Amino acid sequence: MATPVPLRTGPFDGAGRLVDYWATVYRRTWRGSVISSFLVPLLYIVAMGVLLGGFIKGDPAKLEGATSYLAFVAPGMLAAQSMTTVFGEVTYPVISMIKWQKVYFSMVATPLTVADIVLAQLGFVMFRVATVSAVFLAVMAPFGVFESWSGVVAAFFVQLLLGLAFATPIFAFTAFVMNENAFALIFRLGMIPLFLFSGAFFPITNLSAPMEWFARVTPLWHGVDLSRQLVLGRLDASSALVHVVYLAVLAAAGWWLTVRNLRRRLVET
Amino acid sequence: MIRAVDLRKSFGGKDGDAVEAVSGISVDVGRGEAFGFLGPNGAGKSSTMRMIAAVSPVTSGELRILGMDPAVDGPAIRGRIGVCPQEDTLDTELNVLDNLYIYGRYFGLPRAEVRQRCEELLEFVQLTEKAKSKVEDLSGGMKRRLTIARSLINRPDLLLLDEPTTGLDPQARHVVWDRLFRLKQQGVTLVLTTHYMDEAEQLCDRLVVMDKGLIVAEGSPAELIRTHSTREVAELRFGIGENETVAPKIEDLAERIEVLPDRILLYTQNGEEAIAKVHERGLDPAMSLVRRSSLEDVFLRLTGRTLVD
Ligand SMILES: Nc1ncnc2c1ncn2[C@@H]1O[C@H](COP(=O)(O)OP(=O)(O)O)[C@@H](O)[C@H]1O
Ligand SMILES: [Mg+2]
Repeated sequence: MATPVPLRTGPFDGAGRLVDYWATVYRRTWRGSVISSFLVPLLYIVAMGVLLGGFIKGDPAKLEGATSYLAFVAPGMLAAQSMTTVFGEVTYPVISMIKWQKVYFSMVATPLTVADIVLAQLGFVMFRVATVSAVFLAVMAPFGVFESWSGVVAAFFVQLLLGLAFATPIFAFTAFVMNENAFALIFRLGMIPLFLFSGAFFPITNLSAPMEWFARVTPLWHGVDLSRQLVLGRLDASSALVHVVYLAVLAAAGWWLTVRNLRRRLVET
Repeated sequence: MIRAVDLRKSFGGKDGDAVEAVSGISVDVGRGEAFGFLGPNGAGKSSTMRMIAAVSPVTSGELRILGMDPAVDGPAIRGRIGVCPQEDTLDTELNVLDNLYIYGRYFGLPRAEVRQRCEELLEFVQLTEKAKSKVEDLSGGMKRRLTIARSLINRPDLLLLDEPTTGLDPQARHVVWDRLFRLKQQGVTLVLTTHYMDEAEQLCDRLVVMDKGLIVAEGSPAELIRTHSTREVAELRFGIGENETVAPKIEDLAERIEVLPDRILLYTQNGEEAIAKVHERGLDPAMSLVRRSSLEDVFLRLTGRTLVD
């Protein structure tokens, strides 16, 4: 009867075994995500960038170097969309896998470890961020708002970093609180204010000094500013480096917390 | 296959307020055996099973599964065992086949191999027709069978089943028993928990009765009955309220007497003889019957009649 199951061959082997799970989930859910992931951001662009932006004079000095409001808001929307995509992926689906469907418990009953599970799920979240970002960039291209094509490619990868910097801390939060009512709180007090006040729609220098200072420490602003610098071809190496390091540190700290919190939920009981 | 020595499990803080779910149990399960943990709710059965499944760390004591230490070789142990947890952990939004398939992949088995095993196992648990149905739409019995099929996808040496038939209707239970019996015949080592006596009697070669985190008895079903109960039980019904007054007059007729609200139980080697003597004393029960002692009598004797939970 005994057929030895293969031993793991490397650090990504465990997560690789979960690819089929996530592919199956995506095959089932992608249609439902088309409207929220692909269409809504474009509606924002039409409404805010094209129609509302038509009333705003494109003064590059006031728009961080963008020649039109549309060119200013496009990278902001890109980064904000990466954030909202991540919020959706690591809140309700995660709590369901812990509490409602208990799918994680089926995973930890096999040779997979909690780190494998987290890695695979983050991989899936990155895939989601990558697809929505790629579609967004492709649709924006004909509007002539991008100044640097290498910058656009780099901005695409920045979305993955930004996505990770949001995904790991929120994933850790979800695994910690395990309470869907707490989501209302982080959506209303976290995601929406960040979305509105982190420089996606207007330069944060327009904010009052304490608000501006506050905006500068939010992760979304780092992502917005970095994305904007890149697509407008106005890269400032030292501030870009700060952005990258900030986001990477957040992602790493969040990773550590996620694995710890999820382990407490799944196996250390 | 399993060796546990003074195994303990506590939950909660390291300080005083910890709950001890398993308070020092020792068991040995050999290859090919069907072993049962029998006990009321809260006895510590699931906590024990989760330690054996190498997901829940041992608080103290020694535990070896397939010769390995779960604290060191967790993934290797989990690769060679099959687990059917007490609560379903199926992805109810995916279909039956997908649930089985993705689970097989977690063991690192090649895709073609997993597909073939899925087909065989769906056949084995009689779910071939349901392969494309969403798990959400399955009955409780079908979900259990799917969970059992899933636990067999890695062709385990050891199969752990935590309350495999709780909540199922009699037909569904018999189908599950039939499948488990076949596995047993194929030489799979089975370890199961239950609070159904008939399940324990049907499936287990050997079992332990657990109560409040401890093993209170151990043996084959027949041995347990022999050691902890009498051969027969005479059940007598007098009128309502009369049972208590009659009891002192007949308690010398049995090795042990139990007075329940609706009847008196006389535990004795010979039930007919005991009933005859009751009549000799001029007592006339409204109803009397003699039956063989069952595992249920042992269970109730050892774990009490008071309700837990
Ligand atoms: N994760 C947990 N945290 C705290 N207490 C637990 C946990 N799991 C089980 N217990 C407690 O341990 C005891 C034994 O539970 P369990 O092993 O589930 O018993 P059984 O499976 O025999 O019904 C119960 O008192 C239960 O409340
Ligand atoms: Mg239990």
